[in-house]
Amino acid sequence: MSTAAAPLPAGRATDASMRGGIGQPAWANMLFVLPYIVVAIGLVVVPMVLGIWLSFQDYDMLGGWNGGVAFDNYVNLFGDRIFLGTIANTLLFVLMTTPAFVVIGLFLAITLNGHLRRHAVLRSVFFASSVLSVTVVTLIWRLVYLPDHGLLADITGLVGIHGIDPVTSPTWALPAIAVVTVWWIIGLPMTLFLAALQQIPPEIYEAAALDRASRWRTLVSITLPSICRTVVVVAVLEIILQFQLFGQALLITGGGPDNRSRPMVQYIYESGFRDLQLGYAAAASQVLFALMLVAALVQFSLGRQRGEA
Amino acid sequence: MTLLKRIGRLGGLSLRGVSKRFGTLDIIRDLSLDIEDGEFAVFLGPSGCGKSTLLRMIAGLETLSGGEISLGGRRIDTIAPGERGVAMVFQNYALYPHMTVRQNMAFGLRNVGTPRDEIARKIDTASQILEISHLLDRKPGQLSGGQRQRVAIGRAIVKQPELFLFDEPLSNLDAALRSRTRIELARLHQRMQATMVFVTHDQVEAMTMATRIVVMNQGRIEQVGAPMEIYIRPATRFVASFIGSPPMNFLPVTPTGEGGGFAAVRLADGSVVNTAVPSASLSGAGVTALGVRAEHVIPGSGAPARVDVVERLGERTLVYAVTADGSTIVYDEPGHVAPAIGERVELAFDPSHALLFDANGITYHADPVA
Repeated sequence: MSTAAAPLPAGRATDASMRGGIGQPAWANMLFVLPYIVVAIGLVVVPMVLGIWLSFQDYDMLGGWNGGVAFDNYVNLFGDRIFLGTIANTLLFVLMTTPAFVVIGLFLAITLNGHLRRHAVLRSVFFASSVLSVTVVTLIWRLVYLPDHGLLADITGLVGIHGIDPVTSPTWALPAIAVVTVWWIIGLPMTLFLAALQQIPPEIYEAAALDRASRWRTLVSITLPSICRTVVVVAVLEIILQFQLFGQALLITGGGPDNRSRPMVQYIYESGFRDLQLGYAAAASQVLFALMLVAALVQFSLGRQRGEA
Repeated sequence: MTLLKRIGRLGGLSLRGVSKRFGTLDIIRDLSLDIEDGEFAVFLGPSGCGKSTLLRMIAGLETLSGGEISLGGRRIDTIAPGERGVAMVFQNYALYPHMTVRQNMAFGLRNVGTPRDEIARKIDTASQILEISHLLDRKPGQLSGGQRQRVAIGRAIVKQPELFLFDEPLSNLDAALRSRTRIELARLHQRMQATMVFVTHDQVEAMTMATRIVVMNQGRIEQVGAPMEIYIRPATRFVASFIGSPPMNFLPVTPTGEGGGFAAVRLADGSVVNTAVPSASLSGAGVTALGVRAEHVIPGSGAPARVDVVERLGERTLVYAVTADGSTIVYDEPGHVAPAIGERVELAFDPSHALLFDANGITYHADPVA
């Protein structure tokens, strides 16, 4: 066919993209990421290295630096039954909340993944609590957990169960904080799951309908495999977030009764800012960091294996 | 092969008074159509004419606002998509991305409790027909567009449906692959003798594959007929303009009376064109336009025009000439040497192929050639 067009300037764009731009050296590209690198080094790398260094020091906020102590802080930590208890509490809390965030978040997302007005309204309602501060949330739930006239006591009283006081119960204090936490920030996993669900092409569901897939089969064979990466993201995100439990425990139970709801971050806070033992608190922080890293890596690795399978 | 023998032999499709409304918007209006067992029917029309909606209504993916759909004598519009006995190949294939090709093809069969060995046998047969046996353990992301398309067809075949539905399945393929797949689909239909409904806006796909074309416009059927019937004897001006490349030439005319029982019309420049349309068939209809395809315009003596554009397409050369009243006429240049741009030519029209249209777009044809 007799169509002709002016030739394009060949090669120029490719060469330019490999350098910093037309007439620019490659290091010029670095300028674009430099602000991020500076901030990351200043606010992440330096504090991290300092924290690790501090964990090997005898550093008292009043007495100042008293030299390196090698692994003494770590040895003392693992001899401290309260600290070991906080590890158990924190792990238990993560085990209680993370599956709840995944399961309830996914259930809400699937239920509210529609175009009707009621779906939009309910999505807003479930997300609304996420914007509240921890003080407001704990205040609300303190009222719910009030031993005699709280909402929980009123409800259990209707079925003849009296004297419910989860806040002061060694068994129920931590689950009570877990309930508060799930109620507070269930909106985030729900939103992440909603975003993932909306990425699934509707034709796939139509094909499944023509393939006579039941609702359950569609959920198990189509929906869940399609969003497995988001499930991993939510799980890792929640593991990292819930290992950092602090505000709710401090404001609802204060870590009690008998340290049964004291999380690691509260222990670190109290060691560093109440007892002023910065080196010791830094060592506890490194243990927390190691736990979070291992848990997140395990979850990430499991998720990736499942995704590849 | 059992798989092939049983496919599509259970009955034709019948649509009765089918309509679809979205709010106040009528998408499909009181549409009735019968598609015979073993037919390859193509719904052809421009974007937004309702052809895909109609296909989705047959599949059960859209509800009906009115009317009935039956397949093999059984009413299907009231039952779930999976129970209708139809299989659909989607425009974007809609393969399950996390499943292998084998799992994609097996999914529908597993859902109805088909025994494992039977599933394996059906997948083997279908994959051999479609030459995808070597792809069975790959996932859709590892396949090319053409391979995905074959898998989507394979997924439909293994279900042994009464009716195959294709929703513009070639539109995502490149030109060469589309052309090859057209031939393969036509071959597959001949081999399986299955009832197939294919939706497209591409007239070449319709003309090459269909046993019958259903031309749609604005939610209505304009014409149903065999490909060449639609090309040669379009029922309306819309069909005449939509089918054929280049599009049919339309020239404004006024009736001048008759000559020997056939209608004659006057062009805007005053020249008279005799047609083979029987005057009796017009019966007082106000003819407003003359329609002639490019291959039926004869350069020689006739209406004067000036050459505006010449298109050399290889197997043919198209000349676009502008008449005195500003109308453009495109014609096939029979010789290898096309006229120069600006050159004056005179154009006549083959009377036996000239069509007349009234103000409502109804076509008046010459009697069928004996």
